[in-house]
Amino acid sequence: MTSALNPRFSFETFVVGAANRLAVTAGRTVAENPGSAYNPLFIYSGSGLGKTHVLMAIGHAAKTIAAQLNIEYLTLDEYVEAFHAAIAAGQGDAFRRRFQNVDVLLVDDVQFLTNRKEMQAELLRLTEALQQSGHQIVLASDRPPAEIADLDERLISRFSGGLVVDMGIPDYETRVAILRRKAEERGSKFQPGVLEAVAKVEYPNVRELMGALNRLVAFQAVNDTPMNAEAASKVLGIPTAASPTAASSTAVSSAAASSAAASPDEFSQFLTDVTVTVGKAVEAWRARVTEAVLRWEGEGYRTGRLEKLLEQETPAAVDEAIAAYVQDVERLKALEAEVAVLDPQAAGEKVFRDPDRMKAAEAAAAKVRDGAAPPPAPSAAFPFDSYVAGASNEVALSAARDVIAKPGKKYNPLVIAGKSGLGKTHLLNAIGLELAKKKNAIVACLSTQAFVDELIAAIDGNRVDWWRARYRRATALLLDDIHLLAGKERTQEELFNLFNQLVDADRQLIFTAPSHPNTLEGLEERIVSRLEGGLVAEIAEPDKELRRSVLERLLTQQRLPLEPALVDYLADRPVDSVRSLTGVVQRVVEAAAAQDAPVTAGLAREVLEGAPPPRRTAGLRTSGIVVSSAGGVRSREKMVWDWPGASDRVIEDLR
Amino acid sequence: MSLVNFTSREITCKIVYYGPGRSGKTTNLHYVYGRVPETRRGRMVSLATQTDRTLFFDFLPIDLGQISGFSTRFQLYTVPGQVYYNATRRLVLQGADGVVFVGDSQARQLDENIESLQNLQSNLLEHGVDVRTMPLVMQYNKQDLPPELILTPADLDDALNFRSVPSFPADALHGKGVFETLKGISELVLKKLAAGSPTV
Repeated sequence: MTSALNPRFSFETFVVGAANRLAVTAGRTVAENPGSAYNPLFIYSGSGLGKTHVLMAIGHAAKTIAAQLNIEYLTLDEYVEAFHAAIAAGQGDAFRRRFQNVDVLLVDDVQFLTNRKEMQAELLRLTEALQQSGHQIVLASDRPPAEIADLDERLISRFSGGLVVDMGIPDYETRVAILRRKAEERGSKFQPGVLEAVAKVEYPNVRELMGALNRLVAFQAVNDTPMNAEAASKVLGIPTAASPTAASSTAVSSAAASSAAASPDEFSQFLTDVTVTVGKAVEAWRARVTEAVLRWEGEGYRTGRLEKLLEQETPAAVDEAIAAYVQDVERLKALEAEVAVLDPQAAGEKVFRDPDRMKAAEAAAAKVRDGAAPPPAPSAAFPFDSYVAGASNEVALSAARDVIAKPGKKYNPLVIAGKSGLGKTHLLNAIGLELAKKKNAIVACLSTQAFVDELIAAIDGNRVDWWRARYRRATALLLDDIHLLAGKERTQEELFNLFNQLVDADRQLIFTAPSHPNTLEGLEERIVSRLEGGLVAEIAEPDKELRRSVLERLLTQQRLPLEPALVDYLADRPVDSVRSLTGVVQRVVEAAAAQDAPVTAGLAREVLEGAPPPRRTAGLRTSGIVVSSAGGVRSREKMVWDWPGASDRVIEDLR
Repeated sequence: MSLVNFTSREITCKIVYYGPGRSGKTTNLHYVYGRVPETRRGRMVSLATQTDRTLFFDFLPIDLGQISGFSTRFQLYTVPGQVYYNATRRLVLQGADGVVFVGDSQARQLDENIESLQNLQSNLLEHGVDVRTMPLVMQYNKQDLPPELILTPADLDDALNFRSVPSFPADALHGKGVFETLKGISELVLKKLAAGSPTV
């Protein structure tokens, strides 16, 4: 998964100049004292100025000094891929252990951390772990940490805490030195002044400088005579100042005609010109392909297919091949644009930049489209106006109203805490339904268990990305029974990332829990602290007034008369939740239906307290022993008809 | 004539020096011949009259060696300038990849220049070639003569170069402008490859 260190990239082969001396010195120091000098060392420079070379050179040097060191070089993309592969294989911990055991970790192209929150979190964790254990981390990027878009502040401060050095464009002397060394490596000899002429051009990076040298080497190879500075300048299209020899190529001016015409170099000059022209014209298809490669590579697309054309001597139908490539790129662009709307992060996937993997790109887009299916919505069975207000849920209800009025702004997250049966689920769904009424709202409302199950299915089906995409699109995420996350590490990890993303985007989060989050066991600290970060609204046991309101609503729903004695009697029942109260009413109603009798206080008392139904006992003498429907045997004489309330009961006991 | 042969990886350019009699076409070739290393040039064939007038044509093959993997050869031809050798001129023009029109800068030769230019156009047409599509450069030779005898390159451009093709003042006898002209026509010929599909 990680790249091997390229043996050519060592400090010995790196030409040091004023523009990169600091970076090289820091690199050498780090290689000599890994983990203790500058940790982390962050090197940044424009493309083609030698970041990768220095990174690998550090690896080589460190290895030379201490062969037992475990050194890894990899690009950020490779790191991400390795991470994804490990997660998909359920080997997340092994992945972390593996990198935490590296003595010198060299990470290239860190700028690609942009828009990768989870990788940022992972890298932060890794950096901390490596620093704590005295292991070295060196990072390279094309820009300083603070300029990497969307980079976590903690990472910025962490990176900046070591040493941040930049590498500039090499100066003239360095360019000459680079050219001389590279020409020597290639076994090419140039006339004096040739390399100096090339070095005078301020190429934006060393890579282009090498390109110029390569052209000279190639041109010199096809000519018998060694190339002079002027010819070199001409080959490279470098404008030269008028010189006596240069004058020979200007139009005739009768005075100096004969002396200039006698230049013995005329044929060589002509040959050079023709060579350049032939290079451009005869191999025009190469020029077209190269142009296409440069263009699309510049736009970030893989150009392997076009590069293969260049390897051929005389490829057939070059223009058709380019046209087909362009067509594929256009399709990729369309797919990426489509995906970007549904899931911005998925749009950054490599597959949308590789025209040789069109099928994979289509499949990835299809996956995102699937993921675009809305997440589970709140249940319509719990309308907001059916939620009964009372003193016991006053705070929660008020918070709910605020959240509905200003989702994501006021209480984010809102945690509704309370025992089972107090209406948390009702309130959660009710808020969800209200939020869903807003324009363009996508409300995800589901139980935590369903959330966990969905993730497991997604991992199983290798569809975690679309699963994430689905929830990232939500304008509100409502999870019931958040305590069920206990022990589900991966789900907590996912929720953590999702949480951060949604909160950052001012999306509303609402959770329900059986008690205050800080009492919940098995939840990671970072989750708990986030749950506590908004508002924790607790719902208490229903008070009498609330019970009365609930009863009235229940009885009305059942189309039963609101007999005051019945309501009084039921409201006085010692229930600890609305759900129990609903159960009580249900029992009474069912009994009345079975007996075909009206629902009255007396019937309720009989049903709930064990009194035998009047009809069954009418006209019959009994021993006073009744057999309850539950199968138990009870004596009416020995029954306590009116139990005091719970608090009174305690006092009774004390007496 | 195949200009580029991808199979044998050869480039062959046939360049014809055209113009009125005694304008200096053969002189151009002689100068080039003198500048090309022996190893690079073939035998220059020149069929001339006793009075040094080209009877049939001059032919100078030049081997430019391997360029971009192509064995590159230039074949330089001249046509006899005299009016009565038109059949020969037409023959030599056949398969030409580019034409250098060598004009005589002397003011009194202007009519001959115009006539020869018209003759070039009609001969190309005989081969079904539109002069507008044929790579063409103008060379105004004998610019070394006294100014009172000759027209300036600008005047000659006005009179002859109505297509605004590249033009080169020259003194072929001393070599001035010879290679510039050759380079000019070579570029046009080779660039034509880029514009059109390569022939095989």
